[in-house]
Amino acid sequence: MKEISRRGLITGGVAATAGVAGLAAASRIASRYGLIPPDCKGIYGPGETLTYAAQRLLTAHSLAREFPRSMISKIPFRNETAPPSDEFKRLLAGGFADWRLAVDGMVARPGVYSISELKSLPMRSQITEVVCEEGWSYIAEWIGTPLSELLNAVGVLPQARYVAYFSIEKDWWDSIDMADAGHPQTLLTWAMNDGDLPVGFGGPLRLRVPRQLGYKSVKYLTRLTVTDSMKKFGQGLGSAAPEGGYAWYAGI
Amino acid sequence: MTRMDASRVALRDAAQAQRHGAIVRITHWITVVCFFALVITGGEIVISHPRFYWGETGNVNMKPLFTIPIASSRDTVPTGYGYVMPDQNGWSRYLHFEAAWAVVLTGLVYGIAGLVSGHFRKDLMAGRGERSWRAVRDVMGRYLRRAPPGEADARSYNVLQKMAYLGVIFVLFPLVIWTGLALSPSFNSAFPFWVNVLGGRQCARTLHFFVSGALVVFLVVHVTMVAMAGFWSRTKAMITGR
Repeated sequence: MKEISRRGLITGGVAATAGVAGLAAASRIASRYGLIPPDCKGIYGPGETLTYAAQRLLTAHSLAREFPRSMISKIPFRNETAPPSDEFKRLLAGGFADWRLAVDGMVARPGVYSISELKSLPMRSQITEVVCEEGWSYIAEWIGTPLSELLNAVGVLPQARYVAYFSIEKDWWDSIDMADAGHPQTLLTWAMNDGDLPVGFGGPLRLRVPRQLGYKSVKYLTRLTVTDSMKKFGQGLGSAAPEGGYAWYAGI
Repeated sequence: MTRMDASRVALRDAAQAQRHGAIVRITHWITVVCFFALVITGGEIVISHPRFYWGETGNVNMKPLFTIPIASSRDTVPTGYGYVMPDQNGWSRYLHFEAAWAVVLTGLVYGIAGLVSGHFRKDLMAGRGERSWRAVRDVMGRYLRRAPPGEADARSYNVLQKMAYLGVIFVLFPLVIWTGLALSPSFNSAFPFWVNVLGGRQCARTLHFFVSGALVVFLVVHVTMVAMAGFWSRTKAMITGR
């Protein structure tokens, strides 16, 4: 009996030492290959970093599940949004003809795009599920311009690591890494099911990131900034979500 | 040394022997901490949508499979209570996943050590004489008569204990990990069968809730049994090994 416990202790000691050495090496490799999330500090940092790194190693190019047309939800759930600002009401009254999406940061040709200019780029439609961190979900068809098409049009510089995106609504902004920004299903969405994207669902322009939870799909997009670091944005945690206590990476 | 002395030495050795090995004890207490973190944060997350569905999709515009009759932390959920609870999902989700990582890594250490050391084979597999309904009935009878545990009961597990522990280790824990991971939209993009085999996202969520409930039932029975057998002596044994 005694020998087993000694063996157990030795096994445990070796495992712990290997673990510590492994962690040190892993953190160096991870920061080099972009496996560290912007909100990696604090008591939840280790878990968050493990989640993001594991997800990036397993799911860099995988496609979110797409569903048959018959599975589209009869009544999709329109989540609550803040009451519209005067500026939004003015743009709505004009049929969003004056809505503009600015693209700046680490791009060769910064520009400003109207919805119809976005529509002239190659488009894509997909039937995917919106998944909320609260637990509910629904399926809809989303139609729009892949973010990668717009990024190709403006010419992203090689040192780019994140795309930050901003809503017309104050303090509503987020960011994704280049794996999600260049992902074929990440859509600048301007239509849903059989019509224009309704205001309640983010119209006229919403970024849909179907491999992450709904809160990454920011509504009423007005600006994209390509950057190599999220340190200069807000509190430097990657998005407004961690400032409100929620994780930056929402693929889980 | 006479035969008498030899048997006395054997008895003394048995009395001094460890009830639980070091790895079992360390992984047990890490699991306890993680389990409480997971149950509390899981409960907090459920409060933001205390409705459960079956199939791929589910939301307040759809008929739920069942509803937990509590107030919600979201005013978009019609609960019938005119009261919205405070939102705890941010830190709950952070802690839920951190504790999940800790318990999965701990479980891996326990599982590998258990295979290598023979812990599963020697301590948890039912012995040849125990693999019968009669043996199970005998143990149940002893519990129902509330027969006081003998010295042997402190040193080894009876067939019901073995079945409960094996069920938790090899059925409930793998299931709770499977159904939990099936809630990650990103993980599902790489491994769609992982959630599809469960019948869809809302099935995975509902099953995750039920399996967690089964683990809580195990915890309650486990602590009750420990209390009946002698709470402090058994708890001390799981800390010091003796």
